[in-house]
Amino acid sequence: MFVGYFTERPYQDRNSGYFGAAGRDITDLSMSNGSYDSRLGADLYNRYLDEKVYAEEMGFDGLMLNEHHSTPFCMGGVVNVEAAILARITKRAKIVILGNVLPIWDDPLWLAEELAEIDMISRGRLVTGWVRGTGRESVAHNAQSPFNWERFQEAHDFVLEAWTRPGPFRWEGEHYNYRYVNPWSRPYQDPHPQIWIPGVLSRNTVEWTARHRYPYVMLATDLEPTKKSFEYYSEVAAEEGYEAGTQHRAYLFKVHVDETEELAEQAARKYVEGPSNPFLEGNQGTVRPFLQNLPGMTSRKNLLPTVASYAATAARGRGAEHEDASKKESGRNPERKTGDFGSFDDQIDRYTIITGTPKTVIPKVKHVLEYLRPGSIFFWDGDGAMDHDDSMRSLRLMGEEVIPAVREMSKELDLKSPFEVDTKTNQVIVDEESTGNNGLISAKEA
Amino acid sequence: MTAKSETTSYTDNTIEVAGLSVRYLQGGDGPTIVVLHHSTGSLGWLPFYDLLAENYTVLVPDLPGYGQSERPAWAREPRDIALILSAFILKMDLSNIHLIGFGLGGFLAAEIATFGHERLDRLILVGAAGVKPKEGEIVDQMLIDFYEYVQAGFSDLNKYTEIFGEELDQATKELWDYSREMTARISWAPYMFSRRLLPLLSEVDTPTLLLWGEDDRIVPLDCGKQYEQAIPNSTLKVLKNAGHLIELEDPQLLFEEIG
Repeated sequence: MFVGYFTERPYQDRNSGYFGAAGRDITDLSMSNGSYDSRLGADLYNRYLDEKVYAEEMGFDGLMLNEHHSTPFCMGGVVNVEAAILARITKRAKIVILGNVLPIWDDPLWLAEELAEIDMISRGRLVTGWVRGTGRESVAHNAQSPFNWERFQEAHDFVLEAWTRPGPFRWEGEHYNYRYVNPWSRPYQDPHPQIWIPGVLSRNTVEWTARHRYPYVMLATDLEPTKKSFEYYSEVAAEEGYEAGTQHRAYLFKVHVDETEELAEQAARKYVEGPSNPFLEGNQGTVRPFLQNLPGMTSRKNLLPTVASYAATAARGRGAEHEDASKKESGRNPERKTGDFGSFDDQIDRYTIITGTPKTVIPKVKHVLEYLRPGSIFFWDGDGAMDHDDSMRSLRLMGEEVIPAVREMSKELDLKSPFEVDTKTNQVIVDEESTGNNGLISAKEA
Repeated sequence: MTAKSETTSYTDNTIEVAGLSVRYLQGGDGPTIVVLHHSTGSLGWLPFYDLLAENYTVLVPDLPGYGQSERPAWAREPRDIALILSAFILKMDLSNIHLIGFGLGGFLAAEIATFGHERLDRLILVGAAGVKPKEGEIVDQMLIDFYEYVQAGFSDLNKYTEIFGEELDQATKELWDYSREMTARISWAPYMFSRRLLPLLSEVDTPTLLLWGEDDRIVPLDCGKQYEQAIPNSTLKVLKNAGHLIELEDPQLLFEEIG
């Protein structure tokens, strides 16, 4: 079992008016950066890095970073900078980027170089993850949305080639053209860092990930659709002639642990306060579906954009905005008004927020592990309006009580991570500590 | 959607151009007028075409990649679509054409004129995109919902409701969504203009009528002024109480200008 830590690094400006129910309208891509306070930004970037260092001390296996653009809910616009710093200031934990938004890179050779440098500086601790991004990212960096999927695939192929094929060579692709590919940096890990693919519900992406035998990381989706996506992964894996295992499944979910039940609830309510991710249920932001589903982002052959928009948002609990369809959601109380769906209490009921003391949190985490059987998990904490103290209390208790319990559960449930079982071969990986090599080399030997 | 009319008989046809199936509607009799629709797609045979059909043989292709015309997966800019349409004109052996274009269709018509004007008797650009306005911006449909975009094309919102109803039907939603995708494929950046169009227009000797709705909120009037300056034999006329989608909102007014 691989246990990682994640926070989306919100820009928490209490003076901006974007904070709290009485604040200004939080509509995606319509908030000006005119009042951006870079002094506060400096504090927050450093705070989030400090928390990552502490998370490593508390025993987390991985420090997860993500990337969004032109939005206050995630300060990771240049995620590779944060990853590079962590590469130097941490010692043991994997640095898990989930992920770089491939289609918005006009020059993926530069990305190949950056990631190789991070991998070297960290001496082989990088886990690289690649995403297609939301409409927001395409708008922010003006990446042509109808070619999002094509660019994702070509950039993926290109970066792998740049990492593994001795140069110089020429690349004349559909979207990328290079006359001289010969980066003077290559990944520390051989042949390259593990690639994990995070996502929500795109069947295309699940299918593609399964065909490449990469781990698929479901990002804070409800339990039932998450399970279905994992099942779909397994179906594709079977078509490909291999059996998907726990090493192919990863799950990010919101967990906050605190000293008392009262404190836990008080802090966890902050998940849905402030400019936390506007996709997420119960928060105060307003999503604009037509921006999330820019033309061509989803395949028009299979799904209408409205339907796609619904599917993606409903999976993350925003079904109330699509009343008719949300009535079909399973596991919901039909007596409840749609407005209640996504409230803090509702999320607690549905396990989309788990909070409490270690005593109450551990059984709930166990339920998630039993239900989904992921080999890797990430606890998503310290978000929304949570402050540094909230994060640190939780990190300490996770390290002292929750992570050890999770390790026991994973043994009992036989949940193996991609560092224990090679996703490409399904062979057990010899412990890198005992061999002195990194996992992938060992896997080949195994 | 009540914009369809049954008054004129028209045929629904396809022709293969550059390996792609291109659909076009045809009705009426007289000199040929080719109509290039907006970036939102063809809504079918419109009342405006009935009016034109009194004087012309009216040809309304679905722009390649829009509606029922096959998508050229290789197309990356409006000029690519204009080139296919030019091939369409040659293949249909059309000549002495009155070429009218609306919005993006106007952009394409202007492009066609730069390389195929010997087949044109007249060019009519209505609220045509294609030129970077010196003031203001061409409204970016990528940043708003498509119904908002179409609403912005009307001078009088009541007319929008009259045509499209309070609730948009599914087929129209699909049309607008599908069209928006094609537009994003060919005109994502720069959005709805080309720096390579204006310099070529000085060689176009086709008599050109530039029509702009006074209330056009999609393409600024400044674009019309730049077209007027660039095309030697052109006249710009601003129509009162008209927006961007004049052919939907007031077909009679537009028809009277075109004759």
